[in-house]
Amino acid sequence: MLTLKQTRRVHSALIGLIAWAIALLLFFPIFWMVLTSFKTEIDAFASPPQFIFHPTLDNYLHIQERSGYLRFAWNSITIALGSTVLGLLFAIPAAYSMAFHPTHRTKGTLLWMLSTKMLPPVGVLVPIYLLAKQFGLLDSRIALIVIYTLINLPIMVWMIYTYFKDIPRDILEAARMDGASTLQEIVRVLLPISKGGIASTVLLSLILCWNEAFWSLNLTSSQAAPLTALIASYSSPEGLFWAKLSAVSTLACAPIVIFGWISQKQLVRGLSFGAVK
Amino acid sequence: MKPTKLLFASALLALSTSALAAETVTIATVNNADMIRMQRLSAEFQKTHPDIKLNWVVLEENVLRQRLTTDIATGSGQFDVLTIGMYEASLWGDRGWLEPMKDLPADYDLDDVFPSVREGLSAKGQLYALPFYAESSITYYRTDLFKQAGLTMPEHPTWDQIGEFAAKLTDKSKEQYGICLRGKAGWGENMALVTTLANGYGARWFDEQWQPEFDGPEWKQALSFYVDTMTKYGPPGASSNGFNENLALFNSGKCAIWVDASVAGSFVTDESQSKVADDVGFTFAPKQATDKGTAWLYSWALAIPTSAKSKEAAKTFSAWATSKEYAALVAEKEGVSNVPPGTRQSTYTDAYLKAAPFAKVTLESLKVADPANPTEKPVPYVGIQLVTIPEFQAIGTQVGKLFSAAVTGQMPVDQALTSAQAITTREMKRAGYPK
Repeated sequence: MLTLKQTRRVHSALIGLIAWAIALLLFFPIFWMVLTSFKTEIDAFASPPQFIFHPTLDNYLHIQERSGYLRFAWNSITIALGSTVLGLLFAIPAAYSMAFHPTHRTKGTLLWMLSTKMLPPVGVLVPIYLLAKQFGLLDSRIALIVIYTLINLPIMVWMIYTYFKDIPRDILEAARMDGASTLQEIVRVLLPISKGGIASTVLLSLILCWNEAFWSLNLTSSQAAPLTALIASYSSPEGLFWAKLSAVSTLACAPIVIFGWISQKQLVRGLSFGAVK
Repeated sequence: MKPTKLLFASALLALSTSALAAETVTIATVNNADMIRMQRLSAEFQKTHPDIKLNWVVLEENVLRQRLTTDIATGSGQFDVLTIGMYEASLWGDRGWLEPMKDLPADYDLDDVFPSVREGLSAKGQLYALPFYAESSITYYRTDLFKQAGLTMPEHPTWDQIGEFAAKLTDKSKEQYGICLRGKAGWGENMALVTTLANGYGARWFDEQWQPEFDGPEWKQALSFYVDTMTKYGPPGASSNGFNENLALFNSGKCAIWVDASVAGSFVTDESQSKVADDVGFTFAPKQATDKGTAWLYSWALAIPTSAKSKEAAKTFSAWATSKEYAALVAEKEGVSNVPPGTRQSTYTDAYLKAAPFAKVTLESLKVADPANPTEKPVPYVGIQLVTIPEFQAIGTQVGKLFSAAVTGQMPVDQALTSAQAITTREMKRAGYPK
């Protein structure tokens, strides 16, 4: 018969084991991608899959020779940062108004905003393509910044709204009593308190922008193409390409994976905030 | 002004003028070995044409098709040179979306380009794209396995013979499969192979009045053979295998026979990626009741959209990349076996035929391919493994899904054919055929 202490220990060991199993399962595709990037094309296609092989850097050399990785990476960085900053400029005032001055339509508006995420992007490809053409924004970073902002805005508003809602109104009222304007209320009081929430929203937005492929493939060609377009260019209908594709994917994922690793605490906090009350 | 300053100022002026005069040509192309080689060798073009700046956009085939279709249909002018296939060249050319390829340089020698390829890239007798390379379909087989089993592959095998060989060479305990054929659904995937197979049985997509013929005996024989052979002697999961999957299986020694694009010849004989490089034989694509339309014809070609911003510079580049001069450059820099195949008679020199053992079969297949007259019975359409009408992409893919389902055993052959007949009839009626 196990004592209560022993039962708890077994229980926590079991949970730890399950967590590890899930973590390994989630990490496996990334591990396999990195491993494949060091294989030759024939090893990459081998069946059964090979864990032990003669590693090669040829795929990375091929990419270095064929594509300007830095140009694509620079586009990814500017588009992700630009869209996140623009998104914050809209999301913070929107979330402020909904959290501190709600009306009877606030809940409906929030749900409606989220519902726009349910629209398949391909459904609006032609109108958006024509608009971009009309404004001379095809193959421009501005077009992607605007579109990514629109795509991510509902999530950004929701996340920041959830944070703001947990901040006592009294703090803002006290600031108002001291003569603060609305802008001062937001900038001097609200933002410093909700630094954590804003940071996790920024992180999520950066990751979503970095990974987006549909619009970047359809609206860019040579000047504004980000890393997702570079990855797509390594897929081939005739000829083996898995090892090269894995190498270019590793290069494309590396910055954001490292960034996510460093800031995982903020990210987890942001995603789980308000989940348990 | 001091002489040095004057020199500096004039050099600066000259530089800025040349920078201003440089015309940018944006080229949309597909990721395959020949195209990437062209991108690499374009440095030579830039040496002789410093006034033209080349911008490369390399895309995956399906993405490329989608991008180019959107670009050309909306007249966006994002690209100056498009890499397209025969299907697009004739359809888009006919609609006036492509610049006619007229007034080519005197030394281009258009007559050197195979007539079948030229015809496939033309609409109403006008050429709309310059062929970069062309391919046919051929049969690859393992000479070592044939020898061990005491079998001989005829020069022009029938599908029945292929089926018999496949039965004898299948040993599933050793993961050795008698035959590998495309099974992945799609108009350019399984339907390319199945259509040439059906052509061999005397079948056709449509009769002269554009009525689909899937309810005829020829289609039933062809599809029954395909499904039966794939199920009994094909690898597991054959219904999801396309070109690359079969290439990987063949290169790893798991397929005894493979019928597919001639472009695979250079891959299966490349020791760096094939375990069976020294044991591959090449022969013509199988026939059955007829040999008409049994080998397909496809070409990647360079075209200039009417919306292009730098048309003249685009034409100069397209002519260079498809010229004899470019072929000679590839032979010099990368070896004769890497010259883009299938477009020019002059490519097939003795040196090339020696370096590329599959070249002779490819050449003969390309010579007899006739997209305007692809089947035993007369047809109202152009195209061997496809039907060059705008509706074909959708219809071909839907029918491809049904045939793929027949391979997995989800539906019997009869049901797949009945459904194919119903879908095709409905779509063609909707599109207003017969026109």
